[in-house]
Amino acid sequence: MIPVLLILIPLLTGLVAFFVKNEKSVKGWALASSVITLAVSLIGLTVLKDPEYFAQRYEWMGSLNSSFSVKLDGLSQILCLLNAVAFPLIFIATWKTVYAKANNFFALMLLMQAGMMGVFVAADALLFYFFWELALIPAYFLCSQWGGPRRIQVTFKFFIYTFVGSLLMLVGLLYIYFHTPGRSFDITAFYNAALTSKEQDWLFWLLFIAFAIKMPIFPFHTWQPDTYEQSPTAVTMALSGVMVKMGVFGLLRWLLPVLPLASWRWGDTTSTLAVVGMIYASLIAIQQDDIKRLVAYSSIAHIGLMCVTIFSLNNIGMQGVMIQLFNHGINIIGLWIGAEWIERQMGTRKLSELGGLAQKAPALAIFFVVIALANIALPLTNAFVGEFLMFTGIFSSIATHYSLWFTVLAGVCIILAAVYTLNLIRKIFYGNVSAAVSAAGDIRLSEKLALGVIVILIVWIGIYSQPFLRITEDISADITNGIINRPEIARYLTR
Amino acid sequence: MNALILSAVLGVIMMFSGLLLKQKSNLRHLATAGLFLLFVANLLEMSGITFFSINVGSMMHFDRFALLFNSVIFFSTFVYFLLSARDIERTGSYYAEYFALIFFILCGVVLATSFTSLLILFLGIEIISIPLYILTGSDKKNLRSNEASLKYFLLGAFSTGLMLMGIALIYGSAGSFDTAQINVAAKPGTLMIAGMILLLFSMAFKVSAAPFHFWTPDVYDGAPTVFTSFMATIVKVAVFVAFIRLFYEAFGRLQQQWQIWIALITAATLLIGNITAVFQQSVKRMLAYSSIAQAGFMLMAIYAMNMDGKEGLLIYSAAYSLATIGIFAVLIKMNDYTFDGFNGLAKQEPLLAATTAIFLLSLAGIPLTGGFIAKFKMLESVIATGKNFWLVIFAVLMAAVSVYYYFRVIQAMYFKDGPARVIPISPVFKGTLVALAVLIILLGIFPELLLNWFYF
Repeated sequence: MIPVLLILIPLLTGLVAFFVKNEKSVKGWALASSVITLAVSLIGLTVLKDPEYFAQRYEWMGSLNSSFSVKLDGLSQILCLLNAVAFPLIFIATWKTVYAKANNFFALMLLMQAGMMGVFVAADALLFYFFWELALIPAYFLCSQWGGPRRIQVTFKFFIYTFVGSLLMLVGLLYIYFHTPGRSFDITAFYNAALTSKEQDWLFWLLFIAFAIKMPIFPFHTWQPDTYEQSPTAVTMALSGVMVKMGVFGLLRWLLPVLPLASWRWGDTTSTLAVVGMIYASLIAIQQDDIKRLVAYSSIAHIGLMCVTIFSLNNIGMQGVMIQLFNHGINIIGLWIGAEWIERQMGTRKLSELGGLAQKAPALAIFFVVIALANIALPLTNAFVGEFLMFTGIFSSIATHYSLWFTVLAGVCIILAAVYTLNLIRKIFYGNVSAAVSAAGDIRLSEKLALGVIVILIVWIGIYSQPFLRITEDISADITNGIINRPEIARYLTR
Repeated sequence: MNALILSAVLGVIMMFSGLLLKQKSNLRHLATAGLFLLFVANLLEMSGITFFSINVGSMMHFDRFALLFNSVIFFSTFVYFLLSARDIERTGSYYAEYFALIFFILCGVVLATSFTSLLILFLGIEIISIPLYILTGSDKKNLRSNEASLKYFLLGAFSTGLMLMGIALIYGSAGSFDTAQINVAAKPGTLMIAGMILLLFSMAFKVSAAPFHFWTPDVYDGAPTVFTSFMATIVKVAVFVAFIRLFYEAFGRLQQQWQIWIALITAATLLIGNITAVFQQSVKRMLAYSSIAQAGFMLMAIYAMNMDGKEGLLIYSAAYSLATIGIFAVLIKMNDYTFDGFNGLAKQEPLLAATTAIFLLSLAGIPLTGGFIAKFKMLESVIATGKNFWLVIFAVLMAAVSVYYYFRVIQAMYFKDGPARVIPISPVFKGTLVALAVLIILLGIFPELLLNWFYF
């Protein structure tokens, strides 16, 4: 029941929102809808324990053996929670932003949320593919209609990129479908598909490319900085906070358990790509003058670390990835809120034109510094928990011979992250008050509320992360053990 | 049988009603009503009620496959009449004849979908083609229309020659025109293979598959837009049904011989259709190339030769026809056929733009639309054969290319500003468009509504 509600609430309210012409009321409507979704998600997380609430199955396409089958396990729970937390934050933080045709904007935002919810709860490959694309279409319209001056070309590039990836994924899923016991799209049938190791080897890339484009992993990342820069910030928040997690989720749910042999065999290759991307993105981030582009490249580096950890196939690391999915989501939304406010107030996103903002907007400075420190994973912040677990996982990985190298190179990126993030803070908040900043005031209640919630979450998870880790404990053990305990793999491992 | 007789009779009625009915609108209503009758009569035959019992001497077989496709075709034509009948009248002064010719084409369609003898196939294809030559040239005063008509006629006559030659060679080899007997007698001898290849070429010509597609862009572009819409959808689907029937029933056992040919033709069609469409400046011409590209996908059903392929073709023909008819209907209302002509349509006519966007998304194969399920089924059918996996990968890459030109229209409508001008449209037109869009989405979510007709 819970997963169906999580999809239906944003879907139906989104469709209604198309017809609410008044701007004020459509904003309120969208906020109300997202708060209800959050409430449902929290109820599912805390109050209800009976498994019947968490899985649902309806007949859909009988002749294809595909059903409308959804379920919530630990991994879905944490991502649905992220999705549910993200949208109220986005709506509150951008409350003052004015959109032409606000009804369409908020309707599409809610539809995108519904699509992403569907991706996270789908337990049927065809359904997963449906939602995967459905999340993309609203994003396409949102970015191309309300974005910056180069929005049309940039968004189109983004769309084509992800569409090519998802079509290749579709072919891969179809091929697997023909090798499942009893030809079914059900997830358990996929987990038991009879695929030779040779078939797995090339199927791996059909699926991996789709997810790698979404995350994005080097060299499939070129759409991302442009899209983040040109999209309206509310959409950028949704894209970077939640949608990129679809790629990581895809790896964890539809790649590793379905193609275990190939995931282990190609692990070093993908980890190398990810590490290269991390260093590359970090170096570019250091050079950036535009806040949005800087955060975009920093996001590539953070997601790259998750990818390396996932392919190190270690239970501790996997736990780290899952909690980091949530952490990265809220942290980056926090950074965007700051960036959006600065752009709206100062009319510029260039670091070179900013400076001394701490004197004018002390409240923003406090919030933003905490979030930025979380971005470099300082102890007592949420990201420290996640990244510490991830590094432990990579270092103690038995699936790869190069764990030391990956740890060292990824560690370098943490240092680089400190360089560009601290630089960001210094240039925005300290130094002399620049011309653009001189007339600025401080943030208002709505931003304070959104940033406050984020900071509380950051500190809470940083100090007491156990409740969050417990959500994903079982599923991360399932995923890793499902691979490393296979006899074909176990005998090669470097125990 | 119901549809065959009725469509011929309706054609004659329409011819004479041009003399008797002076009001244009009456004529239009008569044609639409007649078509609805045809659709219903065909549905009745599907549930076992036949009005006529004539011995066709095992030259035709009205099986479920044929009747089902007929229903899809009649339904599409009905929608086409609802949307575009008014524009048919505007083409020229002999409007009654246009309707009559369309009914004759439908008569040919019934022959082509239900044949079991190659002679009937030949008759069907010719009855479809000859009225089309006339309709293509119906804009008499327009030089381009005349050119298109002549080009179509000459090349069409040539392909007819190939077809006859092929049939003669096959008769020489198998000693029969009957598809079942040809299949029994089929052995890969020179005569048989040569005949089969000739038939393959002539059918590929009719469905505008590469490298026999050269007539398509010029003819589709030159013909009056209403008739382009009819040619690119209903006629193309009908010929595809004949194509698949011919190769399943007559040459099923020679699959080894022709499969790789079809695979190559499919790949070439996808490549040429998609890549050339990217470079078009006129939406009408883009749609002509897109129809070539879509034919590439439909060819996959013939390549695969399994039940998935038949199901796929059924859903493909419905999804493709309905979406394309919808787009053409909107296009006719536009003053400017270029991509820029669509600039800002979403502001002027939000409903028109929204439905067009759904049609385009369906053609591009985005989930939740019928077009996705159609493409999905086609890919599935090829993967089910377990061979030539490269074709699937190639096809999806080409599908990604197709997004480029379909989305250009969406971009023009929604994200660019401009004075898109349309001629005034009626509420009925709008209502039909909305119903069509809903139907396409329904088909995308519950394809079994249509597919189950194969089995019950």
